[in-house]
Amino acid sequence: MNPLVELIKSGQPILLDGAMGTMLFDAGLEQGDPPDEWNVRYPERIKAIHQAYVDAGSQLILTNSFGGTSFRLEMHNLQDRVHEFNKAAAENARAVADAAPHTVVVAGDIGPTGQLFEPMGLLTFEDAKAAFADQARGLADGGADVFWIETMSDLNEVKAAIAGIREVSDLPIIATMSFDTHGHTMMGVSPAKFIEALGEQDVLAVGANCGTGSDELIKAVEAMRKANPDIVLVAKGNAGIPHVVKGGDIVYDGSPEVMADYALNVHEIGASLIGGCCGSTPKHIKAMAEALGK
Amino acid sequence: MSEEINLKEMPADEILELMQEDLYDGYAEEIVEEVQELLSRDMGPYDILIQGLVAGMEVVGDDFRDGVLFVPEVLMAAKAMKAGMEILRPLLAETGAPKMGTVVIGTVKGDIHDIGKNLVAMMLEGAGFEVINLGINTSAEDFIAAIEEHNADILGMSALLTTTMIYMRTVIKALKEKGLRDKIVVLVGGAPLNEAFAEDIEADAYCRDAAVAVETAKKFMELKNG
Repeated sequence: MNPLVELIKSGQPILLDGAMGTMLFDAGLEQGDPPDEWNVRYPERIKAIHQAYVDAGSQLILTNSFGGTSFRLEMHNLQDRVHEFNKAAAENARAVADAAPHTVVVAGDIGPTGQLFEPMGLLTFEDAKAAFADQARGLADGGADVFWIETMSDLNEVKAAIAGIREVSDLPIIATMSFDTHGHTMMGVSPAKFIEALGEQDVLAVGANCGTGSDELIKAVEAMRKANPDIVLVAKGNAGIPHVVKGGDIVYDGSPEVMADYALNVHEIGASLIGGCCGSTPKHIKAMAEALGK
Repeated sequence: MSEEINLKEMPADEILELMQEDLYDGYAEEIVEEVQELLSRDMGPYDILIQGLVAGMEVVGDDFRDGVLFVPEVLMAAKAMKAGMEILRPLLAETGAPKMGTVVIGTVKGDIHDIGKNLVAMMLEGAGFEVINLGINTSAEDFIAAIEEHNADILGMSALLTTTMIYMRTVIKALKEKGLRDKIVVLVGGAPLNEAFAEDIEADAYCRDAAVAVETAKKFMELKNG
C-alpha cells in the first residue's frame, strides 16, 4: 500500500514539513538563484534540510522542486534540465526518508508555471499538461511516493497538472491552492468551488497552502470541510508574515508557539495533513509535533 | 449588425455608459466600435479616455478591490481597455493631452510572475498614466536605466516569491547610490509582501492590489504636483 494512504488510514493527524525557500536562504542560496539547481549542485545541503524536518517529526517531506517546470527554469536558461533536477530532488528526499526511524513519505512538489492560461494569457492546457508531465516523470524516476501540487490559483492549471501527472504515473495526487484574495485564490476560486471542481478528479487529498496569515487559511479549510464532510484535507500555512531584519534577512513573525496553536486549530476543524509553508522552520514543526501529540 | 445601427442612433452619453458596461464585461470589439463612433462625432480623444475608459476601469477597480471581481475578469476588462487605448493613444499624443505621470514597472530579478504586475500596468494606463513595462526578471540596472530614460515619477516593483521579494531592497539601495531615490516614488506589491515589509525596505508604499496601486499612484502624483 502507498505509505501516505496507510498513514491516512491510521486516522491520526499527519505532520508535514515546513518551508523550503526559507531554509535554502539560511543555507546560502542567493536571491534570484534557481533553488531547483541546488538538487544537483548541493545535494548534501538539500538532504540536511529534509533531515532537519524529519528530526523535528515530519512524516511527509516535499521535494525541492517547486519551480521545476520548464516554464520556470527557462528564466535561468535551465529548461533542458527538468528531468535531471526533478529526479535529483526526489532522490535527495528519498535518501533521507529511507534512513528515517519512522515512516516518511516523499511528496514530489509541483508549483505553478507562473503563466496565464488562455484567453487571459498564452498558455494552453496542452502545453501546461506537457510541462507538468515532464516534471512528474523526473519526480517519479527519483522515487517520489506521491505528487503534491501546491500554491495554485487557477483551476485549469490544477487540472493540467493532474492530467500531466497521469500521463506518466499512477501515484496518488494531493492538490492545494492558495486562498489569498478575499477568501478566494487570486483567480477567484473559492474553497467550495475548488472542492466541487475536484470532485471528478483523481486526488487523494486537497487543501490550502501559503496565502496570508493563518486566519485566512483556517477559514479556507473550514469552508472546504463544509463543502465535503469526507474529503481528506491539507493545511499548510505560513508562519505569520515576513519582515526584513538587520542585515537584510527575511524573518516571519509567527513563532513556533503560534504555529503549534494553528496546528491544533486546523486539526480540530478537520485537516489531517498539517504542516507549515513560508517562514516555518524545523523549530516550528517540532512545536507542532508536540502540540499534535506526536 | 443591429448593434451597430443602435450605436449610431444612441446619444453620446449613452454610448459612454455602454462603454462602462462593455469594459466591465471585457468586450474588446464593442469598445473599439464605441470609441470609433464617438471619435466620428468629433468627441475629443481625451474626453473619451476620461469619461469612457478611465471611468469604466474605475468601476472595475472598485469591484476588484472589494472582492466582487477577480484577476480573470479584470484582465479581460483591461484587454478591452487596451483595445480602446490603441486607437486613442496616437490621437492623445497629437493633441498633447495631459498625462497623469510616468511609471516604470517590472517584476524583480529571479521572478517570472507578471500576472499581477501586468494588471497594475494596465490599470495605471487605464487611469491615464504612461507606463513603461519592463516585464519579468528585471535587474536594478535595468530599472535605473528606464527611470533615467523616461524621467519616471513612479517605480513599481512586483515579486511573488519569498525568495525574490528581498531583491526590491537591492533596487532601492541602487537608487540611493545613484542619487535617484528622492526623485522617485517607489511602490511595491506581490502576494508575500505586506506594509511592514515595504517599510522595512524603505519603499514609499505597499499596494495590496492593482486598484490600490492606482489610487496610491494618483495620490503621490497629487502630492508631487501640489
